[in-house]
Amino acid sequence: MPLTGIEIFKLLPKTNCGQCGVPTCLAFAMSLAAGKAELSKCPSVSAEAKEKLSAASAPPIIPVTIGAGGRTVKVGGETVMFRHEKRFDNPPGIAMLISDTTPDAEIDSKLAKFGQLTYERVGLKLRPELVAVRNDSGDAAKFAAAAGRVKEKSDAAIILMSSNPDAIAAALKVCADRKPLLYAATEENADKMAELAKQSGCPLVAKADGVEKLVQLTTKLTAAGVKQLVLDSGARTTRQAFEDQIIIRSAPLTKQVRALGFPTIVFPCEMTKDPMKEAMLASMFVAKYAGIIVLSDLEGHSLFPLLVERMNIFTDPQRPLATTEGIYEIGTPNESSPVLVTSNFALTYFLVAGYIESSKVSSYLLVKDTEGLSVMTAWAAGKFVADAIAPFIKKSGIADKVKHHKLIIPGYAAAESGGLEEELPGWEIVVGPREGAHIPGYLKTTWSS
Amino acid sequence: MTFARPKTVYSGKIKEMKLGTGPKAVTVGGETSYPFYLFEGEMPHLPRIAMEIFDSPPAEWAPAALEPFEGVTDDPVAWAKKCINDYKAEMICLQLVGTDPNGLNKGAEETAQLVKKVADAIDVPLIVWGTANHEKDTEVLRRVAEVCDGKRLILGPVEEGDHKKIGASAIGYKHTVAASTPIDINLAKQLNILLGNLGVSDDSLIIDPTVSAIGYGIEYAYSVMERIRMAALTQQDAKLQFPIICNLAKEVWKTKEAKAGTEDPRMGDPKKRGILLEAMTAMCMLLAGGDVLVMRHPDAIKLVREMIADLTAKQ
Repeated sequence: MPLTGIEIFKLLPKTNCGQCGVPTCLAFAMSLAAGKAELSKCPSVSAEAKEKLSAASAPPIIPVTIGAGGRTVKVGGETVMFRHEKRFDNPPGIAMLISDTTPDAEIDSKLAKFGQLTYERVGLKLRPELVAVRNDSGDAAKFAAAAGRVKEKSDAAIILMSSNPDAIAAALKVCADRKPLLYAATEENADKMAELAKQSGCPLVAKADGVEKLVQLTTKLTAAGVKQLVLDSGARTTRQAFEDQIIIRSAPLTKQVRALGFPTIVFPCEMTKDPMKEAMLASMFVAKYAGIIVLSDLEGHSLFPLLVERMNIFTDPQRPLATTEGIYEIGTPNESSPVLVTSNFALTYFLVAGYIESSKVSSYLLVKDTEGLSVMTAWAAGKFVADAIAPFIKKSGIADKVKHHKLIIPGYAAAESGGLEEELPGWEIVVGPREGAHIPGYLKTTWSS
Repeated sequence: MTFARPKTVYSGKIKEMKLGTGPKAVTVGGETSYPFYLFEGEMPHLPRIAMEIFDSPPAEWAPAALEPFEGVTDDPVAWAKKCINDYKAEMICLQLVGTDPNGLNKGAEETAQLVKKVADAIDVPLIVWGTANHEKDTEVLRRVAEVCDGKRLILGPVEEGDHKKIGASAIGYKHTVAASTPIDINLAKQLNILLGNLGVSDDSLIIDPTVSAIGYGIEYAYSVMERIRMAALTQQDAKLQFPIICNLAKEVWKTKEAKAGTEDPRMGDPKKRGILLEAMTAMCMLLAGGDVLVMRHPDAIKLVREMIADLTAKQ
């Protein structure tokens, strides 16, 4: 739990020496509380205060990074239970499972697919991050060979899954430089696994049967010096796994239970044999608190919705997604197609584009950068007004693409039509519908006539 | 080392609402915890799924969405019966797409008679949904309310601009209303207050927060619903303690991604993609507090039903 400015102030020397850069210790304490200053700036802070402050300033849920030299994924580090309270920071990593009993050719084709399944949306790249290699063979050499193959044939962050520390050690020999996640330390093998994690500097999963036992196990592992942990509560039924995710998220945030202050790993691949249901479980875990989600396989029809859901849930509620400014062709527009202009709030763009598409009237959609604000808000904020729209229209080059020079503006920006006619000589400004839903009817009837 | 499990402190409860009449009537609401937080409270009535049908043959549905209803989409009564008999629908949502003034612009009388025919032919609760055009919805839904007197329909969307007239008809003919606002907790509360002042009783109102599909702003609906539940359950905000309806299928299936074919191999199988877009959207809505989900594809419904069953399974 972070300390307040006053609590921090009590631990400072109260000399007001000013060497930290601000004139008083109280002001420095306030900056510390706001996360705007570093304690190391204070030259005369006591060791005791240092310890208390660093303990208090550690994040309640530790961020853990998996992977190096290829795809990497940072999970954990969350500070709230609900995204509207601040935001969810680190989207869960999506992992594809590979058994070490799988023939090489099949491993290769799975890895090739893993590489291909990348999507572009609102300027962001969406893709899975991890491959989990599971030691089903029971053979350490075979396991190491499979891990080596994954390392060689893909840039995925790797999860090494074996209950046998010797097998993990063998696989680490071939891929430790990729900073894999080690799965898993249990009550039985905790000492050996902790040793491997420390030697290799790799993060380690703590797996126990239930949250209570998990608390004991992580306490032991952190005492042994392993700081980068990921938690598996062992639950493989939907209801229990859901409950465990919530408890593990809320215990460190609301009850300061440090022993659970780590990201989690979940296994839809071990909860059902139906790939469609597996996707449903994954979608639940995206919203409810998983750190890493391991899937038996990746298919575009389930991965795409999952990745987009993940992007949506992990969008910063204070900062709307925006589309790039420019001309978007919808259908196959020609020199007599309608020209519409709208704002670059991603949702506005998707909806308007969708409605134009459903009208079957090929069109040019001009998207003006409004810093992610919707039409009405951008208009009110002066970012979607004649002075701003006109230069964009001129610069866009749309005048060369159409003969008619008619510009359809959103109904909510109707007040700008006069200003735009002044600023855009030669253009006729047409006020379109206020609601996107009325665009198809408008394009089909009003525009056509 | 003892470990004290965290527990949310709840001070409120969602109101219960009975939909429909007779042995197949459905009750929703009554929750005393966040959705599926059964380790903290109760969900006495599980979320329900209403299968949607159109009042006129759907024009631009994806083949995957049409296939399960082949042969019945030009007959709403047969369509509703197929949903109930073949796909075990517990509720039906009749979308009055054909009344859209920008579309077929079907009249109030014709539509009301159609609604009555459907209502008389089925024994499960019926939701009747307009086109969010205030004048047209007022005209159509008022006539529907009258013709279907006593059927305890859910009439929606009832918005601030048409709440008085539709609300009054709902009260007069004993129906319930879906109070619809554009993804905003304050507007939702405001409309609930207005409807309450009008005389809509607490057991006859369900909140429509306006939902959207994965990739089309679902996060806004998700957070507004979470905030509504938080206010209702932990901040004693009585005017938000109502069940929530999510009219989601039409939002999902109108998207480019749900309609696309096999052009892009990275997008996988079109049918499975459409089903999962719908089912995963529904999953998010359930986790945020949805009590009634309006859905389309039988396979998506099956997946969501399984998740509801698993999340509430006996331990």
